[in-house]
Amino acid sequence: MDLTAPYLGLSLRNPLIASPSPLSRTVAGVRRLAEAGVGAVVLPSLFEEDILEAERREGMLLDQGADVFPESLSYFPETTAPASSPEAYLRLIERAAGAVEIPVLASLNAATPEGWAGLARSMGEAGAAAIELNFYQLPADLEMTSAEVETRLLEAVQSARAAARVPVAVKLVPYFSSLGEMATRLDRAGADGLILFNRWLQPEIDPETGRALPGIGLSTPMDGRLPRLWISLLRGRVRASLAGSSGVDSSQDLIRYLLVGADAVMTTSALLRHGPDHARSLLDGLIGWMEAHGLEHLPEIRTGVSTSVHPAELRSTYVEALRLANSQDRGPW
Amino acid sequence: MTRAIVDGNEAAVSTAYRLNEVCCIYPITPASPMAELADEWASQRRPNVYGSVPAVVEMQSEGGAAGALHGALQGGAMATTFTASQGLLLMIPDLYKIAGELTSTVIHVAARAIAGQALSIFGDHSDVMAARQTGFALLSSSSVQEAHDLAAVAELATLRARVPFIHFFDGFRTSHELNTVELLSDEELRRLVPLELILEHRGRGLTPEHPVIRGTSHNPDVAFQAREASSPFLARTPQLVQEAMDQLAQISGRSYHLVEYSGHPEAEQVLVAMGSGAQTAEETVKSLVARGERVGVVTVHLYRPFPEAELLQAIPETASRVAVLDRTKEPGSQGEPLFLDVSTALAEAHTRRARPSLPMVVGCRYGLASKEFTPGMVQGVFRELRSPSPRRRLTVGIQDDVSHSSVDYDPDFQVEPSGTSRALFYGLGSDGTVGANKNTIKILGTEGGLHAQGYFVYDSKKSGSQTVSHLRFGTEPIRAPYLIREAGFVGCHHPSLLERVDVLATAARGATFLLNTPYPAAEVWDQLPRPVQEQILHKEINFWVIDAGAIARDLGLGGRVNTVLQACYFAISGVLEREVAVARIKEAIEKTYGRRGSRTVKANLRAVDAALERMERVVVPTSVTSERQLIPPVPESAPRFVREVTARLMAGHGDEVPVGALPPDGTWPSGTAVYEKPRVSELVASWDPELCIQCGNCSFVCPHSVIRSKFYPAAQLAEAPSGFKSRALNAKGLPDTTYTLQVYPEDCTGCALCFEACPVADPHDPARRAINLEEISPILERERASISFFESLPVPDRSRVDFGTVRGAQFLEPLFEFSGACAGCGETPYLKLLTQLFGDRLVVANATGCSSIYGGNLPTTPWTKDAHGRGPAWSNSLFEDNAEFGLGLRLAADRQLELARRRLSELSPQLGQELVDEVLSAPQRTESQFAAQRERVEVLRQRLAQVEGAAAQDLGSVLDHLVRRSVWIVGGDGWAYDIGFGGLDHVLASGRNVNILVLDTEVYSNTGGQMSKATPLGAVAKFAAAGKTAEKKDLALQAIAYGNVYVARVAMGADPEQTLRAFREAEAYDGTSLIIAYSHCIAHGIDMQKGLDQQYRAVASGYWPLLRYDPVVRREGGNPFLLDSPRPRLPLPEYTGREIRYSSLSRTDPEEAERLARLGADAVARRWATYEEMASRPAAAFAADARRSS
Repeated sequence: MDLTAPYLGLSLRNPLIASPSPLSRTVAGVRRLAEAGVGAVVLPSLFEEDILEAERREGMLLDQGADVFPESLSYFPETTAPASSPEAYLRLIERAAGAVEIPVLASLNAATPEGWAGLARSMGEAGAAAIELNFYQLPADLEMTSAEVETRLLEAVQSARAAARVPVAVKLVPYFSSLGEMATRLDRAGADGLILFNRWLQPEIDPETGRALPGIGLSTPMDGRLPRLWISLLRGRVRASLAGSSGVDSSQDLIRYLLVGADAVMTTSALLRHGPDHARSLLDGLIGWMEAHGLEHLPEIRTGVSTSVHPAELRSTYVEALRLANSQDRGPW
Repeated sequence: MTRAIVDGNEAAVSTAYRLNEVCCIYPITPASPMAELADEWASQRRPNVYGSVPAVVEMQSEGGAAGALHGALQGGAMATTFTASQGLLLMIPDLYKIAGELTSTVIHVAARAIAGQALSIFGDHSDVMAARQTGFALLSSSSVQEAHDLAAVAELATLRARVPFIHFFDGFRTSHELNTVELLSDEELRRLVPLELILEHRGRGLTPEHPVIRGTSHNPDVAFQAREASSPFLARTPQLVQEAMDQLAQISGRSYHLVEYSGHPEAEQVLVAMGSGAQTAEETVKSLVARGERVGVVTVHLYRPFPEAELLQAIPETASRVAVLDRTKEPGSQGEPLFLDVSTALAEAHTRRARPSLPMVVGCRYGLASKEFTPGMVQGVFRELRSPSPRRRLTVGIQDDVSHSSVDYDPDFQVEPSGTSRALFYGLGSDGTVGANKNTIKILGTEGGLHAQGYFVYDSKKSGSQTVSHLRFGTEPIRAPYLIREAGFVGCHHPSLLERVDVLATAARGATFLLNTPYPAAEVWDQLPRPVQEQILHKEINFWVIDAGAIARDLGLGGRVNTVLQACYFAISGVLEREVAVARIKEAIEKTYGRRGSRTVKANLRAVDAALERMERVVVPTSVTSERQLIPPVPESAPRFVREVTARLMAGHGDEVPVGALPPDGTWPSGTAVYEKPRVSELVASWDPELCIQCGNCSFVCPHSVIRSKFYPAAQLAEAPSGFKSRALNAKGLPDTTYTLQVYPEDCTGCALCFEACPVADPHDPARRAINLEEISPILERERASISFFESLPVPDRSRVDFGTVRGAQFLEPLFEFSGACAGCGETPYLKLLTQLFGDRLVVANATGCSSIYGGNLPTTPWTKDAHGRGPAWSNSLFEDNAEFGLGLRLAADRQLELARRRLSELSPQLGQELVDEVLSAPQRTESQFAAQRERVEVLRQRLAQVEGAAAQDLGSVLDHLVRRSVWIVGGDGWAYDIGFGGLDHVLASGRNVNILVLDTEVYSNTGGQMSKATPLGAVAKFAAAGKTAEKKDLALQAIAYGNVYVARVAMGADPEQTLRAFREAEAYDGTSLIIAYSHCIAHGIDMQKGLDQQYRAVASGYWPLLRYDPVVRREGGNPFLLDSPRPRLPLPEYTGREIRYSSLSRTDPEEAERLARLGADAVARRWATYEEMASRPAAAFAADARRSS
């Protein structure tokens, strides 16, 4: 069975990618994911702003007490450095890439134009096979227009693309007024791939304390529907590779993504929920399904089984869904 | 050869490291940096000049280091060590062996005072002079360059002579002075010390291929002769040293002699000196000769074997009067060592007619414990020599109004060349001033043709301390090993310093003054204290201002104003062209902060530009407008001694205190820190009575004892000043009682541990708690009045306080207050608790270390006393002997108690049988029992006054022992796990009633974070730069193994009630007790505000299981092993990930970090399993307490 999947100009041994999670935080973790069979691993995102702030804070901690008392003019060996720094991340890329046969991708969330360009370049130089640009930024500034948001995004992609010597993919959130148009502009701006979608983790409010809690939750299969819809719509209309992300728990979810035209499929929640070895069962499920459908090579999925959704059908599908719901007495809608 | 700016330690170790194969190390001030550098270079795999990377091994003490050194040498390795002071003393037994066996080695000593009446970390020759009889050669360096060069000379000479060397230079003055030096290249060192000599040394090593025995026992028949057999080796050593010096001269162009003379060829008065003081004397002599005086100075480089011929040759025959300067004191001797040697040499020469006349020779002590030695003092000694009848024994640099030994001198006498620029910078610790000045020196000292010197003076506090940087630059080499007395540039890097320190006292006429202040040039004048205005006008000072604080804040640099002020210095002083200076500063920033990351680099680069844009010159008005004087160091109400002595020390005028004002035996009054009011933080704790639930957590954890609680009758509030905070006491059974929690803002360091410990959140503002940090200025006056009233309220009756709870303990008066420990210190809350619980009957033996520094470093002490005048009696003996010292205190107390009881029985007819019986049988466990016993003892004392005779007198002298004493042995992990472990172990096995408190910071905190055997696996520390690869020693289990030791492991931040229980049980236990207390520390690389949270995490992750082992329970048939903490419920990285000591390794060596983290987690799991199993054993599975009941 040939599961080889082309993605961002890379040739993955299979289309399943372990997306950023604590599992890929260490070299041992990356190795374990590779052993579990995934086609590629994306390292956790480097958040430029946070890491620089942590670097500053840790630098100050290293300095505290220094040059105060004549017996203890410092408290650490001269070589001690803040653990949080872009360099530490680059070392992780270097080591992880050296430790496994599969491509290791970096993920970048920069805060400054220099950050997008400089860090993207460094990540490539450190051995990242490609770079995911993670645009998780809440435009909380109520004066900022959607056009400004889009321009910033495009500029960042352009600067990262120009600086990096390796492919770059853009991990999108679905909240654009016209996502399709945005996707085609990103495609034209040089994005080698589009990842649909970034999960936007909203904070939760603790009713007892009134404090905001981090809104971390694993995705569910339901979450795969929206990205699959958009992949289906973009398929064949952009040059960039398309990757599906969110809602992959079973091999069925994986297959659904491939059916709508995803070049690669990413999962975090399933691997966190069931352990890295779950990757093996996802792939076994895919192989079993392909065997059942008489398919030998992955690209045959798209040619062999037609599932695409046409834009014209979208509205009628929506209306039909409502009708169906009401008929089962789940209304009023 | 490379031109570089290094200090004396680096200069020496640069040579030593490159010429040796083994370095046996142990930290001790001021030599530690030599060991640290060696360790770092070895961890970077830097080879020596022969191509191998030296093995650097930290030992458990200097005694251990000397033993390992001896072994390495006997094994044929080129080996060395670095030490000072007590460390050298501990090496002495091995030094005799090494010398006796004619073994080649050089040990490098940053010479330092020895603890006598007090410890001193500062420089003099007491230590090396205590080793002069060992058979080692002693070679002295007077400067940073010499420390480098003569280290190499010693290496060559020792290999040629087979006589081991102590190469020494003055602690701090040379070891920590930065100066421009030429460093020898590897090739030059190889040429100087050729491999053949190493091979000969190696060939003398022990080998089973050619077996010999060394270290035999000699009988009276041959021991004497054998001792004499080595004499020729010593005899030829001076010549070999001179040859080595000559070889160095050929290679480097720098020429040295065993003894050097400088001065008038027909000098009449001559000084003889050794060390950095000789350089001062040489420079002074040069100046005096130029003024026509017939004076000279002899500098001794080789002191042992004593180069008699060279010395005699050096002293001109015209000299009729000679003063020999000794930087040591040998009490009771005929004179100090160098004086005796010189006198003997001269007298013998005269006797054998080798010298026509015998000059009068006087001995003069100078410079003890880094006392300044200045040109004025040199001139003073010459004046004394010229007097009609000079005194035979002198001191210089002090005012000796007791023995009248001191010579007068002119403190303002200067000899520095006019081309030398001198600058002084006043900063606060951790503001980066010192670091920036080090960079400045490196920039200037490596600029073509310039020479630079830097020396840094720190005060004795670990929080809010002041630093003074002394910088000199010039076209000639800087030979001025003394502080600047007249500066052309003065920088004051913190505006608050102006209020307490006379920073312009040392400003020269026409000097430039740069002040960091929030006020712009147009407004600053009226903000200055009057003395500052007066001096600016009087000395016609050029005055500049900059708001460096604002720039640093804007750029995210926090309180680090260093770069801003450094840029201003370069711009204003004009020492370099501005463009060149800016470029150099920026290069230095890239280098210094490169490892800290790009943001830090960028912020500092921006700070340079912002500084140049925003500094302003002040147009100085023509008149003084301010009425404000400097803040007096202590209040008028302070006791006389504090006003007359302590205050002068605090004000920086300790040098002027005469001998007669000081205690001759090292005994100082306690309770003096209260007068300091250092006001080190702008943000201080402030109580919110409305929110407070009166739990006592904040006062329990406060490391500085600035949060006090009292309850008192509500009626007393009538007298309270306005703004005094109070609230009804929320305890049952005490109606109409009011509660006040009083903060002492001027003593608060703003560490915020109280805020973190407060369990209450304001429902309207979750960020607020019942104790918050507020700005000090608006509340200060109100709080001063409140404190005054608060102190007039009675201290709560101890017998009405529940000692068993944190809530109750807050009402116990701490007798340890306002220490100068680091803000948020993890150790001091335990000491404070100790004094709250047992303070009025407490005797403390304190090991040297952080706790002896914040506990006993002058000018003040936090150990204090209660209203009855009772409180902890505290003493520091040494680092290594503390357990034994404490045991001695116990033995004395036991003997005196026994004596008291015996005399009491004998005198019972006169004193009243009933009272005597009561006293002898009184239980002493609870506070009410102690109070009752104290009352009985008072009655006894009154009755005893009526009884005559020796027995009554005898009893009177030990009567106080009838109230049970609490002896505590306190120290850190460096003491308990390493240097003092042998003694600690012995005391643990003694069965005696002493209590041992180990303040475990898991590193040598006081000397700057070196690894101890308490350092955990995987943590980075000095001497473990690549992460420690051995597990922490389990001291608790070792003590438990004895069966009769009460053992507790506590962490106040995790479970304060358990801590409280452990302290009380330990004290009550009639036997030896050991408490191991988790003490968070800045050496962990943590946000100190989160110190308690880290303690919680240490426990919750299973890293630091809380336990108590009580032999009494075993005796009663129960399981004595109590595991007080629940099963680990936090992943270990949730604890370790927040500490730089663990996390930094993931940056520098991620694979190793992961490996060690895995092993660390295994260790935690394994230990937990062991403890859990122990907690379920039957009593019989533990060792029994086999002591006989008395």
